[in-house]
Amino acid sequence: MTDLIEMTGIGKKFAGVIALSDANLSIRPGEVHAIIGQNGAGKSTLIKVLTGVYRRDAGDVRMAGRDLSITSAREAQDAGIATIYQELSLVPLRSVTENVIMGYEPRTRLGLIDWKAAHDRTRQILTRFGVDIDVTRPLGEYSTAIQQLVAIARAVSLKAQLVIMDEATSSLDDQEIETLFSVVRGLKQDGVAVLYISHFLDELYRICDRVTVMRDGRTVATHDVADTTKLGLVTEMLGRDAGEIQAAGLTALSGGHSDPGPVLLQATGLRTRTGLRGVDLTIRKGEILGLGGLLGSGRTETARALFGLDPLVSGQITHHSGAALDNPATAITQRIGFLTEDRKVDGIIPHLSVRENITLAILPQLRKGGAIDRAREREIADHYIKALQIKTAGMEQPIRELSGGNQQKVLLARWLALEPEILILDEPTRGVDVGAKFEIQSIIRDQVAAGLSVLLISSEFEELVEGADRIVVLQDGRSVRELHNPGLTQDALIGVIAQHQNSEVAA
Amino acid sequence: MSVTTAFDLRRHLRGGGHSAGVWAALAALILFGLLRYENFGGAYNISSFLNYNAMFIVISVGMCFVILTGGIDLSVGSVAAFTSVVAAYLSPWGIQIALPGAVMAGLAIGALNAFFVVAMRIPPFIATLATMLGAKGGALVISGAQTISIDWGSNFTKLGMGKAFDLLPWTAVITAIVVVGLWILLERTSLGRTVLAIGGGEDAAAMMGLNTRGAKAFVYMLSGGCAGLAGVFLASGFGAGQPLEGIGWELSAIASVVVGGTLLTGGLGSVGATVAGALLLGLVFNILNFENGRGVISLSAYWQMVIRGAFLLLVILLQSRLSRATQKELS
Repeated sequence: MTDLIEMTGIGKKFAGVIALSDANLSIRPGEVHAIIGQNGAGKSTLIKVLTGVYRRDAGDVRMAGRDLSITSAREAQDAGIATIYQELSLVPLRSVTENVIMGYEPRTRLGLIDWKAAHDRTRQILTRFGVDIDVTRPLGEYSTAIQQLVAIARAVSLKAQLVIMDEATSSLDDQEIETLFSVVRGLKQDGVAVLYISHFLDELYRICDRVTVMRDGRTVATHDVADTTKLGLVTEMLGRDAGEIQAAGLTALSGGHSDPGPVLLQATGLRTRTGLRGVDLTIRKGEILGLGGLLGSGRTETARALFGLDPLVSGQITHHSGAALDNPATAITQRIGFLTEDRKVDGIIPHLSVRENITLAILPQLRKGGAIDRAREREIADHYIKALQIKTAGMEQPIRELSGGNQQKVLLARWLALEPEILILDEPTRGVDVGAKFEIQSIIRDQVAAGLSVLLISSEFEELVEGADRIVVLQDGRSVRELHNPGLTQDALIGVIAQHQNSEVAA
Repeated sequence: MSVTTAFDLRRHLRGGGHSAGVWAALAALILFGLLRYENFGGAYNISSFLNYNAMFIVISVGMCFVILTGGIDLSVGSVAAFTSVVAAYLSPWGIQIALPGAVMAGLAIGALNAFFVVAMRIPPFIATLATMLGAKGGALVISGAQTISIDWGSNFTKLGMGKAFDLLPWTAVITAIVVVGLWILLERTSLGRTVLAIGGGEDAAAMMGLNTRGAKAFVYMLSGGCAGLAGVFLASGFGAGQPLEGIGWELSAIASVVVGGTLLTGGLGSVGATVAGALLLGLVFNILNFENGRGVISLSAYWQMVIRGAFLLLVILLQSRLSRATQKELS
C-alpha cells in the first residue's frame, strides 16, 4: 500500500538557524499517527511545511505517490489536508453551519447558498459524532469541545484524507476527550488518516497506531505504538539514559517527609458564586498541599478565592497576619503568589521583555524616588534567569519569543521574586515539554525545602501523588476527603475520586 | 548580547523593528530637505516648524498612552478647540493663569472620559466620541461660534511669538519638557509599566495586583490634559481661541502613534517613536511647501493631504516589512 503522505529529507532554516534537518515522516491511509518531542524539537515546523505555511529548503513531500506543493490554506484544504489547531481558527460569531461550509457553500440553481442543504449536511456529520446541537446558533455559544468537533466536522465535510490535530485535548475534560477519541476512531474507520500531536503520552497509547519521535529538528525513529514503552519513548525524546530517568521517578517531586510547620492559612466553608459549595483546607509552612479532583470540581475556583479574585458568599479565610485576603493586591502584599493555569490569557504580558515580566509583581518594592530602580531590577532578573536556567537571548528579549516551558519559568520567577510565603500553582507543568517539566518540578521541590508553602493543582495525578504532602480532594465544589503522604498511590487517589463520584450518584 | 548592558539600543527603541522604519524615514526626509532646499535647515524654518507642530506632538504623545492600554481617545481635537477658547478668555490674566486653566479644562474632559470608560465600562471609542461631540458643542457655545481674540496686552502673546533665550519657540521648549517627562514616566516608573502591561493583557496585569483601573483613568486624563495644552498652543499661535479648529486632529494623532510603530491593540510602543511619527507627518507638509516655493510644481492643500496619506501608507508598509524581518530573525 502506498503511503498517504511521505515526507523525506525535509530541511528548513530560519535566518541560518536549523529548524529541521533530514526529517522524515510517512503516514499510512487510515492510521492515527503521533508526533512527539520536546518543545523546539521541530514538530510544528514539520507540520507547517506539510500544510504549506512554511516553504521547505530541502526534501520531498508526496501525497498518494504524487509530488505535493502547497502554498496556502486553501490549497491544503483542496488537497484533502485539514488542520485543527490548538487555538481554534473558526469564526465564533457565525453559525455552526457557516463554520463548517465556509468557502465551500452548496449552491441552489440560482447560484445562491442552499441553506437547507448546508444545515442538513452539517447536522448529519455532527450526529455521526454523537453531537446534537442547533447548527443555526453562533458557534461561540458552545463549549471548546463542541467547537473542536465542529472543526473536525468541517474537515470531514471537505472530504479530508488527513486531519492534523495539534494539542487537541489540552483544553478538554475527560468526558470530552472520550468523545473526541470516538470521533477519531470513526474517522479512522472511514479511511481518514489522523496526525496527532500531544504532550500526553497516555493518550498516545489509547488512540495512536504509530508514533514518530522528534529531537533537535530530526526525526529520531518511527515505531508501532504497541512495540514501545513510555520510558523508551521518553528516553528517545530526551536523548537521555533510561536508568537515569527511572532512578529519579516519574516526576522530580517527592512529598510526604516534611515536618508540618505552623498554620499559615486556614479556609473554612468557602462558598462563591463561581461554584464553590463548602471548601475547607489548611496550608502549613513548608508543605505542598495538593488539590485533587476532576475538571470542574472547583480546584481553580478555590485558588481564585484564596487569592481574593472571587468574592466569598460565605465562609472564612484566615491568614496568620490577620489581613483580609479580598483582593490580589492584598494577597501579594502578604507574599502570596498565584501562577495561573492559562499562561497566555492571564500570565505573560507578551510584548514586555523577560526582565519586565519577571519584576511585574514586585514593582512596588522596586520603587526608588518615584522611578523603578533599574540596577536592582536587572540584578533580580539576572539572578532568576540563571537560577531557573531560563533559555533566552537576554533579559531584554520579549517573552512572546520564548518557548512554552521557558515562558512558564519566567512566570515562576515572577512569583519567586516576591519571595512568597505561599505559592499557588495551577497546572504548573501543563503544556511544557518533559525536560522543562522536570526542571520546574525540581525548582518547586527546592523552594519547598527552603520553607515555601505550595498549594498545588494538577491534572496529572502522578504529580500530585508524588509531590504533595497532603491532598484535599474536591468534588462538585466541596472538599470531600483529605489524603496523606507517604504511602499515597495514584490508584488510591483515583479510587477516592471515583468513590465519591459514585456516592454522589447514589445520593 | 550581554545581559547587563547598561545601554541597550533595542530596549530604548522599544519594539526594535516596529519603530525602526519611522526613524529611518524621518532621517531620510530631513536629509532630502537639507540637500534640496537652501533654507530648510535655517533658523526660521526650524523654529516655525516646531512652533506649528508642537500641538500635534503633544496630542500624539497623550494619544500614545491611551492606545498603549488598548483604548482610543477621539475627543482630543475638540478638546483642543475648546481649551483654545478657554485660554483666550483667560489670557487677560496672563500666561500663568491661562495655561494652567486651559490644561485643567482639558484634564476635566479627560476625567469625564476616564469616568465613562473605567467606572461605567463604556467602550472607549463610544465614550470619547460622545465627549468629542460635547466638547465641540461646548467650544461653539462659550465662543458664540466666533474666534476669540487673545488679550494682546498680556504676556500670553509671548508663548506663540516669543522665543526662549532667543533660540527656540516657547511652545517647543514646553513640548520637549512634556515629552521627556512622559518618556521617563512610561519607561521608568511602575505606572508606565502598568500602562504597557494593560495593553498586553489586562487580566494578567490585574492578577499581579497592579492598579489597572487607576492607570486607565490616568491615561485618559493625561490625553485630555495634553489636548488642553495643545489648545493653549493653538490660541497662542493664531492669536485667538479657535472653536472651529481641531477637526480631524484625533486622526492625525492616531496616525502619528501608528506610524511610530505602536500597536493599535496596545502593549507595544514608545513615546520617542510617536514624536518621530508626528514630526514625520509634519515634515511631509513642510517639504511640500518648499517644493511649492520653488515654483516648479504647485500643489493645493488638498493634494498635500492626499500625498500625506500616501506617505503614511508607505511608512506603515516599511514598518511591517522591517518588523517581519526582525521577527523571523528571532524565531
